[in-house]
Amino acid sequence: MTRRARLGKRITFGVGITLAFAYFFPFFLVFVNSVKLKYDILANPLSIPLEITWDNFEQAFTKMNFFRALTNSLIITVLSVSLLIIFSSMLAYYLARAKNKVSKYIFLVLVASMIVPFQALMIPFMARFAPLVSYNNRGALIFFYIGFGTALSTFLYHGFISTIPTEIDEAASIDGASDMVAFWKIIFPMMRPITATVAIINALWIWNDFLLPRLVLDEASQTLPLSTYLFYGQYSVEYGQAMAGLALAVIPIVIFYLILQKQFISGISQGAVK
Amino acid sequence: MPKARAVKKFLKFAGLPLAIFTIVLVVPFVNGFYYTFTDWDGFKITKLVGFTNYADSFADPKFWTTLRFTALFVVVSLILVNVVAFGLALIVTAKLRSANFLRTFFFVPNLIGGVVLGVIWQFIFNSALVSLANKYDWEIFKQSWLQDTNKAFWALIIVTVWQSSGYMMIVYITGLVSIENDVLEASQIDGASPLRTLFSIKIPLMAQAFTIALFLTLRGGFMAYDVNVALTDGGPFRTTELISLHIFQDAFLEGDFGTGQSKAVIMFLIVAIAALVQVSVSKRYEVQR
Repeated sequence: MTRRARLGKRITFGVGITLAFAYFFPFFLVFVNSVKLKYDILANPLSIPLEITWDNFEQAFTKMNFFRALTNSLIITVLSVSLLIIFSSMLAYYLARAKNKVSKYIFLVLVASMIVPFQALMIPFMARFAPLVSYNNRGALIFFYIGFGTALSTFLYHGFISTIPTEIDEAASIDGASDMVAFWKIIFPMMRPITATVAIINALWIWNDFLLPRLVLDEASQTLPLSTYLFYGQYSVEYGQAMAGLALAVIPIVIFYLILQKQFISGISQGAVK
Repeated sequence: MPKARAVKKFLKFAGLPLAIFTIVLVVPFVNGFYYTFTDWDGFKITKLVGFTNYADSFADPKFWTTLRFTALFVVVSLILVNVVAFGLALIVTAKLRSANFLRTFFFVPNLIGGVVLGVIWQFIFNSALVSLANKYDWEIFKQSWLQDTNKAFWALIIVTVWQSSGYMMIVYITGLVSIENDVLEASQIDGASPLRTLFSIKIPLMAQAFTIALFLTLRGGFMAYDVNVALTDGGPFRTTELISLHIFQDAFLEGDFGTGQSKAVIMFLIVAIAALVQVSVSKRYEVQR
């Protein structure tokens, strides 16, 4: 490597590491201040704590009902994503294999619908679904996520299924497998890479979604972003507790990401190329 | 295939998902259009009113404030998010040993929802920076940025760039690594400088990544809600309301369902037109390989 190239690399590294610190800095502030005493936060928000206290975490834990919110988030995300995978893979399989006009139009409508922002229909949406929401708000929310997530997920599966040769379906049906059996036993397992993509893209969206849960969920069903927001609003003067609450909201998803980092990155780049 | 069997297969595979899609998305969408031409108050309709709701929307000066604010936000965030994201992608693909580590740091804000990010920055702008400014006498931060319309705009931009650039970085990385090595080697042999290679080879060959990233940021800019609520909640005096928040306030706080919904339809039309124009313009730059 020439000297110039090496110098270029050093500069790139220098810029990169500076930016990485800048990107991380807000989280650093949250973490250091979450274990400080209140006066210490206001006097030196940037410094490392003089004295460490776990009191803030204890308070935030109970006041924002952390476990309940975490459980709600987990239930809603896992169920919505699983059902979305089941439904949209089946729909995409049908649309990709049925070579008729109707399936082509259905696919076009699905693609076009991706441009519609939720805000454009939230008012009639809330008026229409008020009874369903008051009957079971978590169930209703999952139902809504399936509706709103179908288009993108089906689109991603559709692109993938088109690369699987139809001979495989034919072989299965000659061997006497029914449509359903052929799909779940043979085609679906072949789609693992795209299933991972669909799962990650939808899980990130649903886990972090705020507007729809804000409209739909009652207090006992609050998800993590919702309860964090409300908790912060109520206790923002108690800086330490507020920071501990934010730290609690950030930690689970970051741990999840660090475990599945490769899948996350390839999932997003797969989703982007389509 | 006989007709009965074909219908049965359709129902088995596509029936349920399509039914849910129609109920959740198509029906409220069509309803929403219809409601804007009636005197709908959230519960009942007594008569058709023509374009009254649209006229009322455009007669609302706050709506114009919101439209201007949103347009500016979309343009500035679109440019900055993509410039920063492309820069990050170049850093991460520069064959550094620390590439993986850097990518993680750039990507992490994206994992966390807009509200949580917004609230973190609310603390930074309202408390941390103000207390530091008083201690070290920094004039610029003495008054919280969120209390001033112009500075609050830049606060929204900073948080948005911080949040979205990591995701768009991945899109650009995907584009950059899809370029074949022989093309790059050929340009090197021909004596092209790194900058020349970037502008004449890399960017044209990865134009598809730009189409996607620009589309996603455009749509994201118009739909931005979480960061807006958590950071300024529209304040001071409803001057920093992006269109999503404006519609939300109109309908669910003021109870103006008719005008709220017509503003929502206007928003849909703006997003649809902007996205179609953007995609068809960027498609023209894509190189067929």
